[in-house]
Amino acid sequence: MNQVKRFSILLEQALLSLDQEAAERIILEAEIASSPIKIAGDLISSTLVRIGDSWESGNLSLSQVYMSGIICEKVIDKILPPQSPVRKSQPKMAIAVVEDFHLLGKRIVYSTLRASGFELIDLGGGLSIEHIINIVKTEKIKILLLSVLMLPSALRIKDLKDQLKDIDVKIVVGGAPFRFDDELWKEVGADYYGKDSSEALGIVNKIMEESR
Amino acid sequence: MKRVEMTSMERVLTTLSHKEPDRVPLFLLLTMHGAKELGLSIKDYFSKAENVAEGQIKLQKKYHIDCYYPFFYAPIEVEAFGAKVIYREDGPPNSGLPLIQNINDIKKLEAPLVKETKVLHKVLKSIEILKKESNGNIPIIGVAVSPYSLPVMQLGFEKYLELMYYHEDLFNHLMKVNEAFCVDWSNAQLAAGATAICYFDPVSSPTLIPKEFYIKTGFQVAKRTIAKIKGPTATHLASGNCLTLADLLPETGTAVVGVSTNEDISELKQAYKNKLTVLGNLNGIEMRRWTKEEATNIVKEVIKKAAPGGGFILSDNHGEIPFQVKDETLLTITEAVKEYGTYPIK
Repeated sequence: MNQVKRFSILLEQALLSLDQEAAERIILEAEIASSPIKIAGDLISSTLVRIGDSWESGNLSLSQVYMSGIICEKVIDKILPPQSPVRKSQPKMAIAVVEDFHLLGKRIVYSTLRASGFELIDLGGGLSIEHIINIVKTEKIKILLLSVLMLPSALRIKDLKDQLKDIDVKIVVGGAPFRFDDELWKEVGADYYGKDSSEALGIVNKIMEESR
Repeated sequence: MKRVEMTSMERVLTTLSHKEPDRVPLFLLLTMHGAKELGLSIKDYFSKAENVAEGQIKLQKKYHIDCYYPFFYAPIEVEAFGAKVIYREDGPPNSGLPLIQNINDIKKLEAPLVKETKVLHKVLKSIEILKKESNGNIPIIGVAVSPYSLPVMQLGFEKYLELMYYHEDLFNHLMKVNEAFCVDWSNAQLAAGATAICYFDPVSSPTLIPKEFYIKTGFQVAKRTIAKIKGPTATHLASGNCLTLADLLPETGTAVVGVSTNEDISELKQAYKNKLTVLGNLNGIEMRRWTKEEATNIVKEVIKKAAPGGGFILSDNHGEIPFQVKDETLLTITEAVKEYGTYPIK
């Protein structure tokens, strides 16, 4: 078993036991033989992806995915502060919850991306489509991640897409309505759909590669 | 010999006793469609008890639904605690910013008394109207959010998870407050004429919380709360999985389980056989774009898998059908239930 795999298994056990101290110890030990950005990209993201996949297959619960992300985010902020020059160079990215205040899904994706070394703007929740469009334009956002809980909010993304059709921004959607209808993301004109935080991470990596 | 047609009440009670009625009971859990029937905005519709009662009566007649469902909107319960509700033209009213921003405020939180909380009285009044209309022939389903799931609207889910895992004393206090409210609210609806209470408890699903943790928390809450509700309850996990809870949910004292479309209905029926009646599991989100043929085939398939032997009610998997689902799709479902849901199932 290679070193990263061994650390990853230990880290997963620590995270699922909600043992932040153990998680921090494992990450710091792994960092000695590597660099903070590699730790984020390899060890932490692979562990969080595996935890996310286990939720997807029904073997773990969303609360475990959430708590794991939060713990990793806290640890990574210590070894890789938000303004660190060694954080990943990336297009400007933002995340928001459309029209309501059910923020959990957004928070899980946010933590997973940040713990994997990305930096993104958290626009919060309860945002109207018009407000989001305005921020995309003024902040020159290149990757916009949108989380929704309610079907009508998901359907409103079509208006957002129409109004941003001449702007260079990739729209990534996720949330309950999309999970229950796998055609919906295409109907609203999104560029990508991530069914969970692991997929969201994969999509962001893909967009990064394509933009190189 | 042709069987005598049962009333909705007889049909539902027969299936609840795990026997086969004349046909599969149909619970199309429509809330906002009543506004459409009355030509009102969703906000106006939910502003008066008479509107919701009239809407339910029209919907029941139109789609031959085997219950009245005077459920207004989930955040009405946090509205009772003082929170704001946000209305929209094309969907259910939603909860605004969580009422509890600082978890230490939980220490001061008290359960509102139903008799003193005006916003809840319109629900009770609509139940009273429906009680007179039903003449005992159509079950009336009241709704209460479980004490364990209400905090998602009271605090927001992230804060609630951290409360559960790291602040046991505050969590226990919040459960005490919410249990008192849930029992008071459920019993008020039963006293007004509700036949049963739908105990909405999505947080108890292993989709959201590990089973081991549920056993220590939500399971205990459900046992304590349901024991004090003076009528039958149906536990609904609002699209959450529940196959692995088949050993636990019956112990909470509930009679029905609302199941997800993400789990196999045959396995669910088998797991809960003779323990709980299975309610489900049409995909309400996808239903929006079903063709007539798809709607018919899906209803036929679900009935074939879950209806034999009774103990089954056909419904959606979330407890509320989206406003965007077309009337013709709902009529197709009704027709398919009549055609394929007549016992014995072929």
